[in-house]
Amino acid sequence: MANDVWVYIEHKDGNASPMSFELLGIGKELADNLGSSVCAFVVGENVENIAKEAFSYGASKVYSVEDGVFKGFRAEAYAKAASFLLDKYKPEVALFRATSQGTDVSAASAASLGFGLCTDSIGIKIDGGQIKLTRAAFGGNYTVTVVNEKAKPQITTVRPKAFAMPEKDASKQGETVKESFSIAESDLNTKVLEFIKSEVAVNLVEADIIVSGGRGVGGDDGFKMMKELADILGAAVGASRAAVDSGWISYEHQVGQTGKTVKPKIYIACGISGAIQHLAGMRTSDCIVAINKDPDAPIFKNASYGIVGDYKQVVPKIIEKFKTKLNK
Amino acid sequence: MKIVTCIKQVPDTEAEIKWDIPKGTLKRDGMDPIINPFDEFALEEALLTRENFDGDIIAISMGPEKASDVLRNALALTVNEVHRLTDDAFAGSDTYATAYILAAAIKKIGDVDVVFCGKQSTDGNTGVVGAELASILGFSQLTYVSKVRQIDAANKKIVVERSIEGGIEVIEAKLPAVVSVIKGINEPRLPNLMGIRKAAKIEIPAWNADDLGIDKAKVGHEGASTKVVEIAVPPPRGAGEILKGELEDIANIVTDKLIDLKVIK
Repeated sequence: MANDVWVYIEHKDGNASPMSFELLGIGKELADNLGSSVCAFVVGENVENIAKEAFSYGASKVYSVEDGVFKGFRAEAYAKAASFLLDKYKPEVALFRATSQGTDVSAASAASLGFGLCTDSIGIKIDGGQIKLTRAAFGGNYTVTVVNEKAKPQITTVRPKAFAMPEKDASKQGETVKESFSIAESDLNTKVLEFIKSEVAVNLVEADIIVSGGRGVGGDDGFKMMKELADILGAAVGASRAAVDSGWISYEHQVGQTGKTVKPKIYIACGISGAIQHLAGMRTSDCIVAINKDPDAPIFKNASYGIVGDYKQVVPKIIEKFKTKLNK
Repeated sequence: MKIVTCIKQVPDTEAEIKWDIPKGTLKRDGMDPIINPFDEFALEEALLTRENFDGDIIAISMGPEKASDVLRNALALTVNEVHRLTDDAFAGSDTYATAYILAAAIKKIGDVDVVFCGKQSTDGNTGVVGAELASILGFSQLTYVSKVRQIDAANKKIVVERSIEGGIEVIEAKLPAVVSVIKGINEPRLPNLMGIRKAAKIEIPAWNADDLGIDKAKVGHEGASTKVVEIAVPPPRGAGEILKGELEDIANIVTDKLIDLKVIK
């Protein structure tokens, strides 16, 4: 149907990434509002199981392009297939996650269709029949709301965790629409040689809990303590720019305006003063715990719970309590 | 090798931002401008590439007169040529229009092997212009690049590492390519005094819509498909509770409160 809401499903080698279905929840809300359906679309090789999973998270239809050439993610190949589907069916709106894959595919698809897109939406609503997308600019110091009157489908990437994951119901069924579309290998510009899995497997964007260290943790040893706390909580380790620039931890851990934007349920900030550039990346966390020696640190104005003190004393105490209470 | 680097002037991340609300654009005058931090890495990568593989670097920037500053800085760092892309019709361009204008300049430059740009700008924060540029030009799309392993200009090949969720992906691609780089790929150098002096004397050439053969209906406010309708300051988060007392008690309280959230498994 012409005003359907489409959700792009990410996967790695046919296994949907765990959070990939989260947009089906907000997608369903939008579709109900528009009097249409929420549909998933997927590009890959052997993606049948993904279709089944998409139904259980609320998709009423799944559009797929399957071909051997789509074995392994490649932005240009996937974007060509995605824009083929979007151009053929012209849904009202297409939602992608603002991950590396979602951003790459959406941007290239929008550009090949000849129009712009809104990135990293944190709010989506329908107002007077018009879709309004809200996003952060200037590292979160402002929000801007945009409309897209010219293009169809309206394409947007959505910040991971901005909307709740829909409930799974394995009994739900739907219709699969398989489209044939292929590209000759020789027409593709890129080849994936290998994937080197990160030892630390940082996935800050999807983490529910982040333990983050700043200038105040003082060095490598401080981060060992962050890691210890993170391990007990099943958390990812984050860092402020100051800690990354000091070489205590790699850039992939950086949270903030020039690092990653995160939205965990719990963010524990240790020795982080709370510069606006850092706040920009984490201020939408559900619960923020700040531990800092300086009682005037701006982080306390944004924290749900503040502890004024030396992290070297506070964190070991907290680790001890968690160990006891969580039986670890 | 012909290397292009796209650089953008942005307000200092510390600066107070002023908006022209009815237009939905930034009032850039009166704000301290800097080179977009991610573009410094792009520019440095261009310089390193030229050192390793020879060739010419052409830096381009879209923006008003003031944007000449970032190009002058690039000249001070010894890039071979610069062009400022400017036209009243460009104001209000969205990501696609911006990529379309940059693509037109890259086509005009001609025979480009590799384009380096930053992962995103710190003002608009969209992070898609590089990918859109690659798509429009039909170049290889290489985003989130944390290392350029190898460039083989003769065989039109490049190998890069991309830092994505969960690890590093190694990709071999055909040239020409658009490479958008992340922080940490290199250590940007500073210009020396001689370079700054030399650059100060050079006139920055400008290309307008006609020079670039651009259809004005496709760019600026006119052409943008996305339109800003509202700008707001997010509501303050509000300070919570400062936990006071003995460390033992504080640690008990905070761990209880966090466990109560039922997030920790």
